[in-house]
Amino acid sequence: MTTATSSRVWWPICVLSAAFLLWRAAVPGGPGMARVYVKPAPAEADASSAGWLAARPDESGAVVSPARTAGVWVAALLTLAIFSFLYKDNPAYRFAEAVMVGVSAAYFMVAGFWDGLVPKLFIPLSQMEWGTVGEVGRSLLTLTPLVLGMMLLWRLLPRGGWIARWPLAFIVGTYAGIRLLSFLEADFVSQIRNTIVPLVVRDTDGLGFDLWASVRNGLMLGGVLSCLAYFFFSMDHRGWYGRVARVGVWYLMITFGASFAFTVMGRIALLASRLEFLFDDWLWLIDPLGKRPPPGL
Amino acid sequence: MAWLQTLDRRWIFLAMLLAVALPQLLQVRVPEKPTPLVLNVFRKIEELPEGSRVLISFDYSPSSEGELAPMAAALVRHCCEKRHRMVLMTLWPDGKPLVERAISRIIEGEYAALGLQAGRDYVNLGYRPGKEVVIKTIATSLRAEFPTDDAGTPLDDLPLTAEVTNLQDLDLLISISAGFPGLKEWVQYASSPLKLPLAVGATAVQAPQAYPYIPRQLLGILAAVKGAAEYEVALGERYPNLAIPERQDAVRRMAPQLWAHLLIIALIVLGNVAALVSRPRGGVR
Amino acid sequence: MLRNTIPWLIAACAGSVIIAAYFVPSAQGWQDTIGQWFEVLASFAFVLGGVNLAMQNLQKISAREPGWGYAAVTLMSFLVTLGVGLFKVGVPADSSGSRWGGSYQAEGSAFWWLYEYAYNPTISTIFALLAFYVASAAFRAFRWKNTEATLLLATAFIVLLGRTYAGAVLTSAIPEEYSAFTFPGLTTLIMGVVNTAGQRAIMIGIALGVAATSLKVLLGINRSYLGSGDG
Repeated sequence: MTTATSSRVWWPICVLSAAFLLWRAAVPGGPGMARVYVKPAPAEADASSAGWLAARPDESGAVVSPARTAGVWVAALLTLAIFSFLYKDNPAYRFAEAVMVGVSAAYFMVAGFWDGLVPKLFIPLSQMEWGTVGEVGRSLLTLTPLVLGMMLLWRLLPRGGWIARWPLAFIVGTYAGIRLLSFLEADFVSQIRNTIVPLVVRDTDGLGFDLWASVRNGLMLGGVLSCLAYFFFSMDHRGWYGRVARVGVWYLMITFGASFAFTVMGRIALLASRLEFLFDDWLWLIDPLGKRPPPGL
Repeated sequence: MAWLQTLDRRWIFLAMLLAVALPQLLQVRVPEKPTPLVLNVFRKIEELPEGSRVLISFDYSPSSEGELAPMAAALVRHCCEKRHRMVLMTLWPDGKPLVERAISRIIEGEYAALGLQAGRDYVNLGYRPGKEVVIKTIATSLRAEFPTDDAGTPLDDLPLTAEVTNLQDLDLLISISAGFPGLKEWVQYASSPLKLPLAVGATAVQAPQAYPYIPRQLLGILAAVKGAAEYEVALGERYPNLAIPERQDAVRRMAPQLWAHLLIIALIVLGNVAALVSRPRGGVR
Repeated sequence: MLRNTIPWLIAACAGSVIIAAYFVPSAQGWQDTIGQWFEVLASFAFVLGGVNLAMQNLQKISAREPGWGYAAVTLMSFLVTLGVGLFKVGVPADSSGSRWGGSYQAEGSAFWWLYEYAYNPTISTIFALLAFYVASAAFRAFRWKNTEATLLLATAFIVLLGRTYAGAVLTSAIPEEYSAFTFPGLTTLIMGVVNTAGQRAIMIGIALGVAATSLKVLLGINRSYLGSGDG
């Protein structure tokens, strides 16, 4: 599509969309859209100001929240800006992406500060005592992560970045320690144990023979062994061994096919969720959760 | 068929948009039937005696909220119906507001009439950085990791946690998981070494990887939005007050799923037909 | 020594204590201490990531590199979010009249607003975009070429149908006793047997790989995580 054709198509769409939004949002007595209502939160005994909580429009004391209403508009426009990438890369998408990167990096930093550094470092530091030998020992243990943390931040300085290797080594060593045993226990030994299943399964009454369960167990055991055969490269995949490994490949292909289908399912659920936000919270075209009184009431 | 070869992918995008949007706008609903793996989780929560202590870890972020929020809501609703006491936490920094949303929307909103109290009927432990190290620590000492709840009250002062030393004092663990850290870490550091009952809700991407843990290390999986929809149906059959559209977020989202799946199948067929037609005669397949 | 041997010793000690705690209950306290230190370092890593991003964007802006305007947007978003989060702007005050006792994410606060209306919609929409690309990939890349590709394709077909109402409708004529041959039944079989077998084999392989890598780290055979430069 040429730029001129593209403009001819997009201008009418943009004008019609703007007119539609204006009608829904601004016409008195119109259907309305994007308004968020709040009510005062019940004051707790130990709080001097309780803030505001989301409310239904028909609840007593409910008022429109300008900040949250503006928020819904911002969220909707950012959503549309990101969806616009599907047509082609454009400044609106780039802007929304830049906002996301900045906000998310700061979000993680703030969460790390209030939920990590404050309870795990600053509060223990404020409680340090140096009176007895035991207290000195405990205080030194409290100071250690601070020192390691400062060494980690040394990476940001132009010289002496190698100092960050010490805390990095601590992180890698800790991971190595906890993963060595947990993977062996849960993902190796337990998986072998889970695979040891009876190939002849008795009925629940113990007298008959459950053919279907036996076939399932056999298929599962054969599948694990053939896939492992495929992963074992110390033997040439030739002759009978090659044929077993090939069966393993078939199992893996079915596994990947199932994973693909599941992945499709997951992505669609995420899209449905975003569209529901646009149709429900922003445009008020649907109200699946009954958040608003029916139109005309 | 040459047009198929040169089809602008934006037409495919438009088709996908319509396949998902139209069922939503028309509010189409399709029936669901619970499968055994979902029923295993449902029955476990149902059979626990009233007042049991259930830990629910919201191990996801807004990026997978569309898939996992419905199942988190369904599990919390079930615990409320059964008057189980909930210990809520998250291993994801951006999962913390999702825990708070579940509390305000469901525990304090939909179940306001029950008068469930923070500290007595539920505790929000909040978030701690450290990923699987958090699980490993609370496996032996809850207080070493969370000396207080998220509001800053010492766990010893809260009736629900006063007698909880570690994970072994809980009756059921649930992880609603979108990846790392999530269900795999709960299996590795809690259910496998401690032999604790663990149920999980997983994204569609992660769910296939959880099947090998069943049944010894995991008692059941709610796989993706379909798993959540099946759970909502099971809940609705047992508790008729929950068999209403407002309490069935996942069931509602299964109609867009249906049409989008059919579209994908159609696209695979079309793509293969186009490739078949355009293949040069005598060419190697 | 300082750049190589001591880091390895630190890694070996940290890992060994955790392994020892698995077998020796009296070492549990040491494991908890290491866990606490690890969490502090994980928090510092968030700080490191944030400051690094800010510095990179600042460099882009000062050098007027292409796209520096977007770098400015990133930097502004970062600084505003960081400021309102660290200073708890808009957090309802507690009984002492101070906002410092409240949660930094309290409903109605500025940080909460940015999470709800900027972070949440952008990150979830970015992931939602994948629905479109997966459809495009299904059209362009999923080809019936050989036995392996056919198995993959057929499985995707069955599971895509079996996980929706369409699968149940299409095979509704099959009697209940043969329900294993309906689309939902076949999906259950694929997931519970074939997928389980495949995933289990992959899991066993990964577990052995992780164990071997961990041992190499603890024994100092693998020190690649330390990098090679002088830094």
